[in-house]
Amino acid sequence: MANDPIHQFQISKIVPIEIGGIDFSFTNASLFMVATVACAAGFLYFSTSQRSVVPGRAQSVAEMSYEFIANMLREGAGSHGMKFFPLVFSLFMFVLTANLLGMFPYFFTVTSQIIVTFALALLVVGTVIVYGFYKHGLHFLKLFVPSGVPGALLPLVVAIEVISFLSRPISLSVRLFANMLAGHITLKVFAGFVGSLGALGALGIGGAILPLIMTVALTGLEFLVAFLQAYVFAVLTCMYLNDAVHPGGH
Amino acid sequence: MFVTSAYAQTAPAAPNTPAAPAGEVHTETGVAHGGEHKGAFPPLDSTYFASQLLWLIISFGLFYLLMKKVIVPRVGGILEHRHDRIAQDLDEAARLKAEADAAVETYEKELAAARSKGHKIAETAREAAKTKAVADRAAIEAELTEKLAAAEVRIGEIKAKAFAEVGQIAEETATAIVDQLIGAKASGDDIKAAVAAAKTEA
Repeated sequence: MANDPIHQFQISKIVPIEIGGIDFSFTNASLFMVATVACAAGFLYFSTSQRSVVPGRAQSVAEMSYEFIANMLREGAGSHGMKFFPLVFSLFMFVLTANLLGMFPYFFTVTSQIIVTFALALLVVGTVIVYGFYKHGLHFLKLFVPSGVPGALLPLVVAIEVISFLSRPISLSVRLFANMLAGHITLKVFAGFVGSLGALGALGIGGAILPLIMTVALTGLEFLVAFLQAYVFAVLTCMYLNDAVHPGGH
Repeated sequence: MFVTSAYAQTAPAAPNTPAAPAGEVHTETGVAHGGEHKGAFPPLDSTYFASQLLWLIISFGLFYLLMKKVIVPRVGGILEHRHDRIAQDLDEAARLKAEADAAVETYEKELAAARSKGHKIAETAREAAKTKAVADRAAIEAELTEKLAAAEVRIGEIKAKAFAEVGQIAEETATAIVDQLIGAKASGDDIKAAVAAAKTEA
């Protein structure tokens, strides 16, 4: 099964736990969630423990990611949106670290599980809905009624707005999930070609060079995708949170 | 297509298991599939959804709490502290610059004052020297004028005396000449008058 490109997404139990007939086992996916959290939190915690005025390399990276997300959120949702900074920062760091950890061979990619990305997307949209109604009450529904639309078109526009709002958690989760899944499968398939072609003898070894080059290139691309998807997830989170902060346009 | 070709890679692996008929391999993979994910595509397999959700909530929840309570305040504090520190240093630099500017200004003011003072001193000295020279010249000129006047007076005296003597000599000479010419003695008064007339004519 070594060359099965799907095998890397296989979940296996490490510590079986069952509560009330539901399987809550500690699996390899759970292990890598914990590892993701441990890596991200450990890095941020220890790199900033010195609190130096002139930062070292690690502290610079921590500060850069902080300011990166802070600027993103400020531009996306204004200064009122800054109360969501811990959430957006946590989401970005979690997704980024999970994506990057997934790049190690034999490591499990947490974000390649639809349930994980869907849960994170629901968290975002749930936050938008709960905060929107809590802060603005029924005025939050103005979000679905853009101003300056002629009366005849209004029902259609509102329907479109509602559908687009409801499709947000799906698009947000599927985008991340599908990118990670497809990237890892492609990488695995091309890497599998190298091994199987290499086993065919001299001609095969010559032919294996092409998929090898592809694998190297794809690895670079996957690192880009790993960062880009975390970035996109954070940017969209900021945009959606903007709706919760300013439901009646900008 | 990729998936099928990749699955095909598993086929060469099968003969490695010693004397395993194809059927057995199939049952093995079948068992593995059945036990692990019932043949479903693993990322979409709902078997472990509950477990994944639970562990995601636990791990991400802890991560969020740690970010909110420790990391975000800490990094925010570091950045704010640095911002304050830079602002403070800039203020300090501006203050020092203002001080330096003030010092330069004072220096220039003092330099200008000293220069004007020097000018004044030179001016006074020149003025004093000039006055003294003028006074000296005036004194010398006065002295010279005095001496000149005295000399003129003396010259006048000598001249007068000489003139007076000239008169006497002229009278004597005239007496003698008259005496010689006419052989008679002219009266002294006539001669005196004649000489005086000649003198005034001259």
